[in-house]
Amino acid sequence: MNIHEYQAKALLDQFKVPIPKGISANDEASIDSAIAQLDPESLIVVKAQIHAGGRGKGTFTDGYKGGVQLCDSPEKAKSAALAMLGNHLVTKQTSPQGRKVQTLYLTEGSTIEHEYYLAVVLDRESAQTVIIASTEGGIDIEAVAEKNPEKIIRVPVSLDMGLKPHHCRSIAFKLGFSGNQVKELSKILNGLYQMAIEKNAELIEINPLVTNQEGSLVALDAKVSFDSNALYKNPDIAELRDTNEEDPKEVEASAYNLNYIALEGNIACMVNGAGLAMATMDIIKSYGGEPANFLDVGGGANEEQVTAAFKIILSDPNVKGILVNIFGGIMKCDIIARGIVSAAKNVSLSVPLVVRLEGTNVEAGKVILKESGLELTSADSLAEAAEIITQKVSA
Amino acid sequence: MSILVDKNTRLVVQGITGNAGTFHTQQCVEYGTNVVAGVTPGKGGLKWENTVPICNTVNEAVNQYGANTSVIYVPPPFAADSILESIDAGIELIVCITEGIPVQDMAEVRHKLNQSSVKTRLIGPNCPGIITPGHCKIGIMPGYIHKEGRVGVVSRSGTLTYEAVWQLTQKGLGQSTCIGIGGDPINGTSQKDAVQLFNEDPDTDAIIMIGEIGGSAEEEACQYIKEHVSKPIAGFIAGASAPKGRTMGHAGAIISESGAGTAEAKFQAMEEAGVKIAKNPSKIADALMTCYSG
Repeated sequence: MNIHEYQAKALLDQFKVPIPKGISANDEASIDSAIAQLDPESLIVVKAQIHAGGRGKGTFTDGYKGGVQLCDSPEKAKSAALAMLGNHLVTKQTSPQGRKVQTLYLTEGSTIEHEYYLAVVLDRESAQTVIIASTEGGIDIEAVAEKNPEKIIRVPVSLDMGLKPHHCRSIAFKLGFSGNQVKELSKILNGLYQMAIEKNAELIEINPLVTNQEGSLVALDAKVSFDSNALYKNPDIAELRDTNEEDPKEVEASAYNLNYIALEGNIACMVNGAGLAMATMDIIKSYGGEPANFLDVGGGANEEQVTAAFKIILSDPNVKGILVNIFGGIMKCDIIARGIVSAAKNVSLSVPLVVRLEGTNVEAGKVILKESGLELTSADSLAEAAEIITQKVSA
Repeated sequence: MSILVDKNTRLVVQGITGNAGTFHTQQCVEYGTNVVAGVTPGKGGLKWENTVPICNTVNEAVNQYGANTSVIYVPPPFAADSILESIDAGIELIVCITEGIPVQDMAEVRHKLNQSSVKTRLIGPNCPGIITPGHCKIGIMPGYIHKEGRVGVVSRSGTLTYEAVWQLTQKGLGQSTCIGIGGDPINGTSQKDAVQLFNEDPDTDAIIMIGEIGGSAEEEACQYIKEHVSKPIAGFIAGASAPKGRTMGHAGAIISESGAGTAEAKFQAMEEAGVKIAKNPSKIADALMTCYSG
């Protein structure tokens, strides 16, 4: 689960990581109040809060440029904030429609001597926490990794020992810090590590971490994501979820414990199991079709979930046909069949439907579909199902 | 005849009195699996369905009923602890079906498994389990789609494994053992481990490996295959049509923004290792049959 920068900064502050003073706002009154609380002598940075990178170089759909604005007066800050609020920001990581900006983060500007990169990651391959640091901050770290891999410092931290002072010292010296900066970096690393462990963060990325004119370290931007499976351990983190940042169909699906991802094509699929769902998308593509979604109804879906799944895939106006592919193991085919029948009666089904059932109770399932009087095509194999639906949709 | 599980397997079911535990234990018992005990803390001394003794701890199941293998149907917040309990009790093989275990919990489990004093093997989590057709079924796969035989199957997916197994069975190719290693980023047995076990098993003549986008498990398996495997082997990777940066159902199934973990790269690694590739998921058995006839 991803969170906004202003939420991430509040957590960093909680873990004693130095950040510039900042306040979030979501309407004109709160913008005014935020500006009033910031140092009038300082520059004010106005930052659009969306879950996507590349905000500074992004453009709003009305032509306004830049989701991060450096303003030298309170008036300019207010007009920048009002220009962004409610506007749609398009960046290299968003769709062409962009994301609606519903919250802004206004912070005091900071002087910048040098930009560094710092991250704490739960590395899945080695199953341990890894600190990543670089003197090349402020730019895309993957580009640094590609062009100057020697500039990336990686320090694994063993799970049972935790972060030790020598880890921090070695990173600090490799980054070229000296004197008090070494202590400051150690404090920051300890805060980040503690936050990662306590809050089950998968990634905490500070890019950039800067040294200011006084030589002190400050976290200027932060990107944090959490393990969704661990949210039950941290209710305070679960509350940070912003469903405005997700596709409404995906939010609806998650309420029914369905795993749905909207895609660009026109053939909707409903499948049990993630691997089979991906394979179903692949085979649709290999027959020249384009999948409209990924949808895994899971192992133990009931009639209600199947009905909800149908409603969600049909709410996508691009859908011109539906392929249901169920290999029943735990999931029984007759339950799926009943769900299909009840859903089709609930929603007016106006597009072709191809159903392939196999596995537990397959015969009972096929009888239910046949006796329902529904207009659908039964297929006996995955290949046949994919071929029929792509033909029907392209016809 | 098989790897890891057979007629000598003595199974303890952790979470035997829950809904999933009860349903699948019934299925496994019907299939012929030797379920010697169940564990539900606080219900020790009772009997499950009037047949299987329930213990409070895995240790009791090992000491009193000789359990050597465990299967876990415990909810995600408690599942990693159940794995650790089984390791401490000296269980040889743990099969964890549970989906949704926090990554950090699994990091702790992996850390424990890596200790040199630990001899336990873990399959899963978030997996369908393991079956040696005709002899022993541990997990949630439908038994009837399998057939006794000599093809070993390993896969990160559940239902996609059923798909491949069903193709084999319909073509008359039985299976020695089928293992679902699960879709989580941190798991126990890897693709490479399973391929190695099949390669060293005298009763497995051919292998099918089914992977997914994300991670590098298939690439590591291919490195091993290139150097050690001469048995006929075919494979498929799910997710060629998946977009970057989105997790496709399984926590491990994600192509990173930098493009690591793509189906294309994995297919290429398989091709270089001499694995016969099915580009179409309905042709997995056919791909194997280009180099193996049973």
